[in-house]
Amino acid sequence: MNVRDLITEAISGVGARPARTALTIAGVVVGIGTLVTTLGVSATAGNQISGRFDAATATEITVNVPAPTRPDAPPAVPWSAVDNVARLNGVTAVTAWSRTPEGRDLPVRANTVRDPTRILDRLLPVLGSTETLPAATRASLSAGRFFDAGHVRRRDRVAVLGPLAAEQLGLTRIDNQPAVFVDGTAYTVIGILGSIARQDQQVLGTAVILPWTAADDGLDLGPINTVAIATALGGAQLIARQAPFALAPNDPAGLDVAAPPDPASLRNGVAGDVNGLLLILGLVSLIVGALGIANVTLVTVMERTAEIGLRRAMGARRRHIAVQFLLESTVIGLLGGVVGASAGILTVVAISVAKQWTPVVDGTLAAASPLVGALVGLCAGLYPAMRAARMQPVDALRGPN
Amino acid sequence: MTYVLELTAVRRVFPADPPVTALAGVDLRVHRGDYLAIVGPSGSGKSTLLNVLGLLDVPNSGSYLFEGAETTTMGDRHRTGLRGSRIGFVFQSFHLLMYRSVLENVMLGGLYTGVPVAERRTRAVAALDRVGLAHRHQFLPSRLSGGERQRVAIARALVDDPALLLCDEPTGNLDSANTAAVLDLFDDLRAAGATLLVITHDATVAARADRQVRITDGRIS
Repeated sequence: MNVRDLITEAISGVGARPARTALTIAGVVVGIGTLVTTLGVSATAGNQISGRFDAATATEITVNVPAPTRPDAPPAVPWSAVDNVARLNGVTAVTAWSRTPEGRDLPVRANTVRDPTRILDRLLPVLGSTETLPAATRASLSAGRFFDAGHVRRRDRVAVLGPLAAEQLGLTRIDNQPAVFVDGTAYTVIGILGSIARQDQQVLGTAVILPWTAADDGLDLGPINTVAIATALGGAQLIARQAPFALAPNDPAGLDVAAPPDPASLRNGVAGDVNGLLLILGLVSLIVGALGIANVTLVTVMERTAEIGLRRAMGARRRHIAVQFLLESTVIGLLGGVVGASAGILTVVAISVAKQWTPVVDGTLAAASPLVGALVGLCAGLYPAMRAARMQPVDALRGPN
Repeated sequence: MTYVLELTAVRRVFPADPPVTALAGVDLRVHRGDYLAIVGPSGSGKSTLLNVLGLLDVPNSGSYLFEGAETTTMGDRHRTGLRGSRIGFVFQSFHLLMYRSVLENVMLGGLYTGVPVAERRTRAVAALDRVGLAHRHQFLPSRLSGGERQRVAIARALVDDPALLLCDEPTGNLDSANTAAVLDLFDDLRAAGATLLVITHDATVAARADRQVRITDGRIS
């Protein structure tokens, strides 16, 4: 007996009871349909992320420089290296600063009056920065001006305050050339920052910002610990790879680069974690469908006892009987997979139309669904097929006709 | 003279408490072209004898030669092959597949013995011609009378050109007119050289055979 005959027998067995077959495949249809819909909608929704992608945050790179292990060690990133980054194609602005270590902020006060009834010292973070800070952090100035390359070169003792720092120190105007005393050293305030658009550097709002040369002289803030880079749109990934080499050619791996996720991985991430619950639901439906197929096939085997006996009398071996029932349950599973995949794809298209999205359905998914259905049917048919094959022809022929 | 089948001292005992001896030393020889009726009341061992003869059951002791080959020592697979290719079964309740057409039912004969589908179709058409149902190919069995159904079953048994046609109460579910038609068909088959073995409790059916043997309490008399 050849394969074609077996398939013919199995298909006519399935077709013999169309209503029952239709009900039996329902479980697999729901299971596969849910899986295809869930995965399809995730892929479709994930594809929409690029449209909503925040163009601004996609251009921000922050490089954190680890503190030197020994006090006399050479700095990991020398100040002159900042210009190397600025020369990279795609960098629109770069700044670097050294900051008072976390938890060791310096006392800052706006005057030298000794008033025992008031606490005038404020502990504020102090930054020694390059003059490009406003461009690289997209910070605006609410009053005065930022220091320039001349201030840095001349090691002028000037300061720019973050808006919160100015408020705490009681400074609202700068036209009278106020000074702040950082750890006892006076600096002339020449500007106050407005808003800082760069979300990951809000620390600037409370900071006292000095030219790095002046900070190095008076406060010994040490080497660079942060480099903030703004890039052209789409250049962030490339610059993130190149910046460590430009900053620290000797040990690029020692730098910690925080780059925005690229749109492709963001998309996959969304597709991956969306609707895990629905996937589980689909799998559960699939299991229920498999149990349904197993149950109905078992009932069918019992009903067709006489047929099994007849086939055995006609020379069918146990194997033939087992394969026939296995094939029947596999065909049922396959039908469920095809119908389920079609229903799932239609659902994805319908949802996409409703949301005005472009439907995205993985071809592999659509092609694999019927196979998964067939596999479910095959597994579900194992036990009934075994029962059918074990029947003795003598007993089977006496069974109900 | 060749024997189609030859039973010598065949015993079949079913394990029970006490053990049931269904066949207690049966000797039986059937020649090629024989038309033999085995009669006996219910409980006499008829069904067990049919199962043994049809290679559906294996005796506990004794020898059963089918066309000269010892079947009691054969493997299950070999015996199944012999059953499918050399023995045609006709049952009291027809055992037709109700969801398959007459032609498809008849084509089941030879399905498991490696006959290609085109050949099975040709043979099935010829067999249906032979039983006088050439006009009923596409009918479903449910639309046929009892006699017609049994003739379909006989056609199915004939497809593989069996050495032995084994009929178990072939007229048990039929009225007298249909019984007569089936028995006439048996006569025709007999005339064409078929070997027929009919198991029945009906004396009028048995009377049509060339030879009758009676089975009582597991013994042939």
